[in-house]
Amino acid sequence: MTEAAIPKTAARPALSRQTTVWIVVGVVVGGAILASYATNAVITTSVMASALRQSVPIVLGALCGLFCERSGVINIGIEGMMLMSAFTAFLTSVTIGRATGDANTALAAAVIVGLLTGALLGLTHAFMSVTLKVDQIIGGTVINIIAMGLTGYFYQANMTTLGKFQPIALPLLSDIPLLGPVLFTNPPITFAALILVAVAHYVLYFTPWGLRTRAAGEHPRAADTVGIHVNMMRYANVMIGGMLAGLAGAFLPLEAVGSFERNMTNGRGFIALAVMIFGKWTPFGALGGALLFGLASAMQTQLQFFGLGDVIPHQFVGMLPYVLTIVVLSGFVGRSRPPAAEGKVYTKE
Amino acid sequence: MTETTQTSAPVPAIEARDITKRFPGVLANDHVSFTLAKGEIHALLGENGAGKTTLMNVLYGLYHPDEGEIRVNGKPIRINGPEDAISHGIGMVHQHFMLVPVFTVTENIMLGNETVRGITLDRRAAAKRILEVAEQYGLAVEPDALVEDLPVGVQQRVEIVKALYRNADILILDEPTAVLTPQEAEDMFVIMRELTRRGVSIIFITHKLKEVLSVSDRITVMRRGQVVGSTVPSATDERGLAAMMVGREVILTVPKGPANPGADVLQVENLAARDDRDLLALNGTSFTVRAGEVLGVAGVQGNGQTELVEAITGLRPVTGGRVTLCIDGKVSDITGAAPRDIILHGVGHIPEDRQKHGLVMEYPITDNLVLQTYNQPPFARGIVRDDRAVLKNAEERIAEFDVRTPSSVIATDTLSGGNKQKVIVARELSRPIKLLIAAQPTRGLDVGSIEFIHSRLIEARDAGIAVLLVSAELDEILSVSDRIAVMYKGRIVDVVSAAEATREQLGLLMAGVKP
Repeated sequence: MTEAAIPKTAARPALSRQTTVWIVVGVVVGGAILASYATNAVITTSVMASALRQSVPIVLGALCGLFCERSGVINIGIEGMMLMSAFTAFLTSVTIGRATGDANTALAAAVIVGLLTGALLGLTHAFMSVTLKVDQIIGGTVINIIAMGLTGYFYQANMTTLGKFQPIALPLLSDIPLLGPVLFTNPPITFAALILVAVAHYVLYFTPWGLRTRAAGEHPRAADTVGIHVNMMRYANVMIGGMLAGLAGAFLPLEAVGSFERNMTNGRGFIALAVMIFGKWTPFGALGGALLFGLASAMQTQLQFFGLGDVIPHQFVGMLPYVLTIVVLSGFVGRSRPPAAEGKVYTKE
Repeated sequence: MTETTQTSAPVPAIEARDITKRFPGVLANDHVSFTLAKGEIHALLGENGAGKTTLMNVLYGLYHPDEGEIRVNGKPIRINGPEDAISHGIGMVHQHFMLVPVFTVTENIMLGNETVRGITLDRRAAAKRILEVAEQYGLAVEPDALVEDLPVGVQQRVEIVKALYRNADILILDEPTAVLTPQEAEDMFVIMRELTRRGVSIIFITHKLKEVLSVSDRITVMRRGQVVGSTVPSATDERGLAAMMVGREVILTVPKGPANPGADVLQVENLAARDDRDLLALNGTSFTVRAGEVLGVAGVQGNGQTELVEAITGLRPVTGGRVTLCIDGKVSDITGAAPRDIILHGVGHIPEDRQKHGLVMEYPITDNLVLQTYNQPPFARGIVRDDRAVLKNAEERIAEFDVRTPSSVIATDTLSGGNKQKVIVARELSRPIKLLIAAQPTRGLDVGSIEFIHSRLIEARDAGIAVLLVSAELDEILSVSDRIAVMYKGRIVDVVSAAEATREQLGLLMAGVKP
């Protein structure tokens, strides 16, 4: 038979506009950081370290949203999953700490309980949205409200823990100026978050699991016709997402603060959702967005510290992270395309 | 009707015996038996809703039959899901492609059956095997291309390779030509013949008669859930097949008398409009439609036909020119008017995309039949809706327009394509209109529905309605229209009389060549 002509797809430029923009942004930001470091090394280091710390729960929350939505389930319950896990992790840390008197055992147990809480809430969300076919926005809202109510009701102010996770300095690497104290001297959940970004990227794009997950979120019927169990994929991914939100929640009492307070997440779950969308549903995009938000938050604190709050009302300075994140991300990232089948219930005919 | 004796293949590739499948309110397959011999192209022919796709979904494991047995190579098998069908060598190319648009060809083909090294996807090894399979069957695919960048014809080839990659030797092609241009369809037939030469057996589902006669070895016809007969192409013709499909003699060309054109009803002057990508789609389009005639607009898809209809009906902003209606001596400028105003002037519209713009799919048929008139008597009394009048109207329209449905209050979504279109035609023609704009009114419909809709268009014409017919099917334009306007790059290049027009002449005009 005659060789049917293959229409060549339009040649893609070596560097897309997108990539170019990111490189330019990277160079500018990097240059600014270096210049700042040359002027005042101590403050720059502390602002950068603070930026990374602030971005940890955001990026973990965004990874949660990523696994859920890539498989086709919208999760606006990240906030609730984080809050509930923060609470159970804190309670575990208190109880185990009292019983054993050993801070490390208490913290390790608390992380595990946080992960399990997240997984359980993920299972709840999957059950509502996949099996009961509840509107997924409502399902997520239910989780947020329940978490807010339960943690607020059961929280007692007089509980104390034995302590929080302490930074670990990686040998040699932590001696590098600027990078050492910022990147290589951190408590365990921060390291885990950075590693998990790479792991999530690998899983989504380089494993059969990721291919099937994305197929379930893009064209579930196509996945079904090649024998993939779409709803099982969704259950599993929402539970994985729940565990990531659980880790994000556990970070707050176990690593950042050392105690629990009412509504401790304070909207971080929703910021995570926004960062996931601005990051175009990719792990590294989410990391970039989270770091930007973290940096803006850290700078905001620093500006208040310098007394800028006396000149401009401090509420305006406090808005900085939100405004900056929105301006930069919406201005530079361009249009993003969500998974085609997200939020749609899949039923076999 | 000719029953062929089976002597060529002692053991059929696949055999369905007495398959029965019920859906709520519908008996989709009623003791259907079907045999596919090895290496043949067996066409399964039937109107929309005859049960062809249901039977194929049973064979592919997407539906579970209520009764009956499936045998592959003579052995009875149980198919619980697509994975079982695949493991028995059955592959299916669905009417709506089962490809993920944002995946590459390789990713789509390997999905569910991935090549791995350790736990990592081995895209290169998979691409190599894909090229081997493609070459073995003489199909050209580009493993690294993104599926969304490929034309439909190539996407279909990817679907076929996807089935062959899973070692399928029985291929089910569900209406493969429905989405193809005539040229792509020809290529498809070459591929099909080539596949059978290399040992693949093919079930070819379609309702296009010409195709069946030109490509298949054997033909089985289904009607209303049952097999009504089998034949071979040499023993039948288009008329015979159409009669088997519909259950009565079908008139393939519309019978019509000469037109009695009256005064101009629609005048379009130098109309300009932009398309969705903001490019100039209409660039000085001018024509008139008279009362009591059908003006057909012919043209290759994408020369501004869609935008023309939308601009006239108020669905797309007009950037220049004028649209005037002259009804009963009253002249009104409707350029850029609101769709509702245009409708109230006496304009009926059968939109190109019936699912998106013609019907509210979730509404019951009753409500879809009063979409424009729900707020007028008799359907409304003051601000209160009269449900009884709405229901009565639906019962009458359903009977008058032969809409096949178990009930008038079920969601319109559950109807077959032909019946959905009948609902739209019923709604538009039951209003007092003076101009009917019909865009691709028979796209994707079976012969029975096409015949029905064509005869209704002619009836409307004979009742003195001006009809503007926009269609990509040249046969339709030639048989229904009285005058033909040929559109090319947003302009009308020429208007010719349908009685004198030839396909060759129109073909040249459609390519922008004016003799």
